[in-house]
Amino acid sequence: MSEFMIRRFFQSAIVILAMSAIVFFGVNVVGDPVDMLINPEADQADIEATIRALGLDRPIGEQYLFFLKGIWVGDFGKSFIFGQPALQLILQRMPATMELAFAALFLSIIIGIPLGLFAGLKPESKVSKGIMASSIMGFSLPTFWVGLMMIIIFAVELGWLPSTGRGDTATFLGITSSLFTLDGLSHVCLPAFNLALLKISLVVRLTRAGTREAVHQDYIKFARAKGLSNRRIVGVHLLKNILIPVVTVIGLEFGSLIAFSVVTETIFAWPGMGKLLIESILVLDRPVIVAYLMIIVALFVFINLVVDIVYSLLDPRVRLRDQGA
Amino acid sequence: MRNVTTSVGCACAAVALMAGLATSVSAESLTIGISAEATSVDPHFHNLTPNNQIATHIFGGLVNQDSKQTMLPGLAVSWKPIDDLTWEFKLREGVKFHDGTDFNADDVVCSFTRAPDVPNSPSSFGTYTKGKTVVKVDDMTVHIKTETPYPVMVNDVSLIHIVSNEKGCSGTTEQFNNGDVTVGTGPYKFVSYTPGEKIVLTGNPDYWGDKPVFSDVTLRPIKSSPSRVAALLAGDVDMIDGVPTADLATLKKNDDLQISEGVSNRVIYLHLDHFRDDSPFVKAKDGGPIKNPLRDAKVRKAISMAISREAIAERVMEGQAIPAGQLLPDGFFGVSENLKPMEYDAKGAKALLTEAGYPDGFQLRIHGPNDRYINDAKIAEAIAQMLTRVGVQTDVETMPRSVYFKRASRGSPEGLPEFSFVLVGWGAGSGEASSPLRALLHTYDKDRGFGASNRGRYSNAEVDKLIEEALATVDDAKRQDLLAKATEIAIEDGGIIPLHYQVNAWAAKKGISYRARTDEQTRAYDVFKE
Repeated sequence: MSEFMIRRFFQSAIVILAMSAIVFFGVNVVGDPVDMLINPEADQADIEATIRALGLDRPIGEQYLFFLKGIWVGDFGKSFIFGQPALQLILQRMPATMELAFAALFLSIIIGIPLGLFAGLKPESKVSKGIMASSIMGFSLPTFWVGLMMIIIFAVELGWLPSTGRGDTATFLGITSSLFTLDGLSHVCLPAFNLALLKISLVVRLTRAGTREAVHQDYIKFARAKGLSNRRIVGVHLLKNILIPVVTVIGLEFGSLIAFSVVTETIFAWPGMGKLLIESILVLDRPVIVAYLMIIVALFVFINLVVDIVYSLLDPRVRLRDQGA
Repeated sequence: MRNVTTSVGCACAAVALMAGLATSVSAESLTIGISAEATSVDPHFHNLTPNNQIATHIFGGLVNQDSKQTMLPGLAVSWKPIDDLTWEFKLREGVKFHDGTDFNADDVVCSFTRAPDVPNSPSSFGTYTKGKTVVKVDDMTVHIKTETPYPVMVNDVSLIHIVSNEKGCSGTTEQFNNGDVTVGTGPYKFVSYTPGEKIVLTGNPDYWGDKPVFSDVTLRPIKSSPSRVAALLAGDVDMIDGVPTADLATLKKNDDLQISEGVSNRVIYLHLDHFRDDSPFVKAKDGGPIKNPLRDAKVRKAISMAISREAIAERVMEGQAIPAGQLLPDGFFGVSENLKPMEYDAKGAKALLTEAGYPDGFQLRIHGPNDRYINDAKIAEAIAQMLTRVGVQTDVETMPRSVYFKRASRGSPEGLPEFSFVLVGWGAGSGEASSPLRALLHTYDKDRGFGASNRGRYSNAEVDKLIEEALATVDDAKRQDLLAKATEIAIEDGGIIPLHYQVNAWAAKKGISYRARTDEQTRAYDVFKE
């Protein structure tokens, strides 16, 4: 067992190393950050001084080794434009993104599962057909367009919700978040719903498919024959059984909610990591782009590692096959 | 289960209504949605417009630039050159920093020492301080010495913000960002800075000049243009900058809004390849090689004549541009009275091309950025169509600025400009003509810092001589003539082809208007109530 885990661990380390090379070199062949940073009125000597200060005059291989050395001690380099450690910048923006992701996750569950259940239980009703048709729209409408439409309807025309930005924050149980204030909640409504839209559709479809399959199972028929109330059959027996795939998918999607909420954050001027990433790409703030991607890579590799280990614990065949190979 | 869904909706709406009541603004507060975010509150960290516009709220220089970039007394009440190499600045008496300490010559000396020397600065203020030595004469007098005569001293000095000797000078960028040392003498005091979210300021009742109109000012970066407009329409912000040209007509019709417009110091122009006989993106009519026709002054003039600046200003820019005939609009120091925008004359252009030996024209490619200037890619397309109409078959390639500027400046294998015909813009931060002249039209000279952005490598000994003479002439009237003369020669020779000056627009809710600034900055101090 331990041999298996050690080998898996080394494989993960190699994946991260390979990714670091791909990300680093990939980001470094595009354009030149100096032109983004420097005031146009600077003369040639100033430009060269900046190039030297950023270490961009060294050969790319040397820059990469320097970068690896930094990672070893947890230093991802300093942002070109902010002059702060890239990691610190990303971590600063993380709470905003996390609360948006959690709010979106919450909405997708609380809206998606009831709608999916309904559509699965009464597949012929007009409402169900309406739900399924809207879920297709949820999949196919571009996020930025829906976001803008929502701003126009709810903020500009109706004036119910603020259009952009993050609201006031408050600290509760040591966590500072805008989810704890009214102002914060009103700000998070629109972006969270926009981000959740696709997930809601996904959950609706998964729940419906599960329900359609489960209602014909023997245990449901038996429960009905036993005379249990409809509420109990659906709420306990049915729901418990169909939730497994839904939870798995939601868990996986949560990672992408955190990592790639770029469009929503940009439209709603939400000060999260996604907005930081896209702005860093636009001005070629290489250390931040690289650090961000490395964090995401590490996150996904870690998830995979855990999954592999859990599999091997659950199923000895995985271990055996691995040894044979 | 539908109940759950409805109740979530209700909760959201209820929260919204309550929050709406809670945030109804007082008359004295102002929230501005700005398109470009500052990278720090440290006034010496990054020499870039978004940072400088924040710094002018909190700090301020010895000399201030008003909305038309005229030099006005700031922390210095008067200045004069006392000999060829020394400028004397008399400081303003009785000015206090936000923390109550007195302003004096020590603050000036240490600010000029700190400005070029901030760790990790991506673009240093050394551009303005190099070659200058600041000496304290007495508490209210400083001398700035240079090694050679330096006439644009006042313009340079206006770009260095004065921080406090006791706090700011020994402060780090981080301490400026969290407010520990962020004390200046400016019209607004620092309250808080949340990167990506907002900068909060409060009015300084003890400001030495006109008192600030607003007691609370919040600057919120909203990068996406449609979102910025929506935030204004929704009433979340009181004013926005960078109004997209496409929305301008609609916003002007809206009775609840007020638009303020003003020409900027930014000229959009074309560089042409002056230095290669075999230019990479110029080909003969049949696609074969050709000796670079752009080196012929007649061809350059024909290209200029073939472009209808009026059409670009009216159609492509929807009125947000003024046709340009030189480097800066009227009213700036160093502009020529004789230069007018080239008249559109397609027939004349064709005749000139024939005269130059290209009756059938040639093939050309225009390169431009697509995310830097207002409607930049569309302008490039319009120009390509206009040139094609007179026989110069032109195609277009645009790219993001992160890739574009490197290639345009030093993209060829030898580190030379890669393109043959490029669309660029230039904003004169110093507010006078020597800035574009020395950067764009002086012969490229790395050692002396000339022609740093001369992407066509235009070179004309006469122009060089005039620019250098102007830069050594302290007498204003003489310098004005020299700069105007240099501009006339270079433009008539087709060194660059000016297209238009950008007109910037700010939109605000009724009752608030903005004194449009030529340097494109957005400052609460230039916002006033009616």
